[in-house]
Amino acid sequence: MKIFVCIKQVPDTETKIKITPDQTGIDTAGIKWVMNPYDEYAVEEAIKLRDANAGSQVWVLSVGPKARVVESLRTALAMGSDEAIVVNGEGLDNFATAKALAEVIKAEGGAKIIFSGKLAIDDNASSVSQMMAEFLNVPHTTVVSKFAFNGENVTVERDIEGGAKEVVQMMTPAVVAANKGLNMPRYASLPGIMKAKKKVIKEIEFASLNIPASDIKVKYTGMTLPAEKPAVKMLSGDASAQAAELVKLLRDEAKVL
Amino acid sequence: MGKVLVFAEQTNGKLKRSSIELLQAAAKSGNTVVAVTFGSHAGDVTAAIGHNGASEVHVVKDAALDSYNPESFAANMVAIVNKVQPSIILASASSTGKDLFPRVAARLNTGVASDCTQLTISGDNVTAVKPMYSGKAFATVNFENSPIKIVLMRANQLPVENADTSKSANVVEHTNAAADLKTLIKEIVKGASEKLDLTEANIIVSGGRGLKEAANFKMLNDLADVLGATVGATRAVVDAGWVGHGMQVGQTGKTVAPTLYIAVGISGAIQHLAGMGSSKVIVAINNDANAPIFQKATYGIVGDAFDIVPKLTEEFKKALHH
Repeated sequence: MKIFVCIKQVPDTETKIKITPDQTGIDTAGIKWVMNPYDEYAVEEAIKLRDANAGSQVWVLSVGPKARVVESLRTALAMGSDEAIVVNGEGLDNFATAKALAEVIKAEGGAKIIFSGKLAIDDNASSVSQMMAEFLNVPHTTVVSKFAFNGENVTVERDIEGGAKEVVQMMTPAVVAANKGLNMPRYASLPGIMKAKKKVIKEIEFASLNIPASDIKVKYTGMTLPAEKPAVKMLSGDASAQAAELVKLLRDEAKVL
Repeated sequence: MGKVLVFAEQTNGKLKRSSIELLQAAAKSGNTVVAVTFGSHAGDVTAAIGHNGASEVHVVKDAALDSYNPESFAANMVAIVNKVQPSIILASASSTGKDLFPRVAARLNTGVASDCTQLTISGDNVTAVKPMYSGKAFATVNFENSPIKIVLMRANQLPVENADTSKSANVVEHTNAAADLKTLIKEIVKGASEKLDLTEANIIVSGGRGLKEAANFKMLNDLADVLGATVGATRAVVDAGWVGHGMQVGQTGKTVAPTLYIAVGISGAIQHLAGMGSSKVIVAINNDANAPIFQKATYGIVGDAFDIVPKLTEEFKKALHH
């Protein structure tokens, strides 16, 4: 069976963010790009599923500027994915990205299971997986920390508020968006890295998918850095004095009690 | 003026604070406010929905909608949206809201602004502001090619005023529009905590490695009980197995923005700061004066948490129960 994994390349968390002069994006010079952390769980689960089901293949798919995005696809290949596809496009929102992912998966003959991360840490939107599922007309579950497949249906656990979990059964094909806790993503092995370097990554131009410009629904503007925080007020004295002072400040100055 | 549709969520028959925030914000905009709520207990909250500004509430009182199912919720939501024809939809960026509305948006061929922290409604138009790059930047979300603008707001971002109990909403009942489901909710396994979820909590008391061992979280629980707070934790202590992943605040945990965040024995790794940096007031208690958490904090105490936290609990008790 065919297993797809949709991944996104994002700035590393440690990266310092600078805004472009037109305030519609970030200055990408000097940014370290990495695979979105939640997508690593998705890749790992796909590889585990393939290994448990003879004759299966893992296809990893990403949308973005191909020159850099292929690096994250190579990471997924080095972990053990079989094939990779990049959709070369820029300035797309979640809706258009989900459309592109769905179109490519359809064109490749569909998939039994499609994995992704529950959200990307750049815009924190947690939208693409559900939109893609809708465009593919298949069920989805997000925030998944446990996955099982019996050859026909999948059963997953979805983390919800208060530490509770929903046990959800879906008919396949199905979209599964991974949360932390699903597995421990493997590191790429050296032979895996060597093999991934030689792999041909299939390239598709976003423009060739005939997705209309009106499928871009949301644009980010007016980007700003957070306001500078006033300097921290350090409290002195012994523990009793500090505790009393803090409660007083929270009540009378910050007015949060 | 157009219509603003608000998805109203409840827990145990009580309207969620996050839904009240949205109803009141919609009412203030001068638009007609229409609410939607699902489940066999939908009738428990229709009065409160009216008190908070909706003139009409659409309900699907079906036990099949008592727990969230993306397919059945989407089918019912889309059916009601098509009848009501709102120009704006507001919902919380809750487990349900974040999962449901991207699917609804795709079906309605419209855009969704997720995880927003500021909201401005002016007539039929809405702009929202959302944190990007783990709170290291903020962006204004502009809708294009979107017949309906869907905004998902984080909890505790909008003011709540007293409800007006003289107001009421006209209740419109619908039958369950969902059919041929491919998704089945088999079971809900309850969490250990009965408290508000971290993402909804107004006060959070969080612990890190400085607490030395799992048993010492009791000290934080005691403090949280006095404050009506929810307890959170860092990735390090979650990975060490001291507490469950549901309690993790930070990049691979929950993003929170409470009014008050008390960080105890937390050094302030960038991944943790990413999850709580936009809290309104941050208190840091740490024995290392150079811990990065102090750079984000409003108030800082350098000292022994085991000494300070119990005294703080006593002081809060005195301050809050007088």
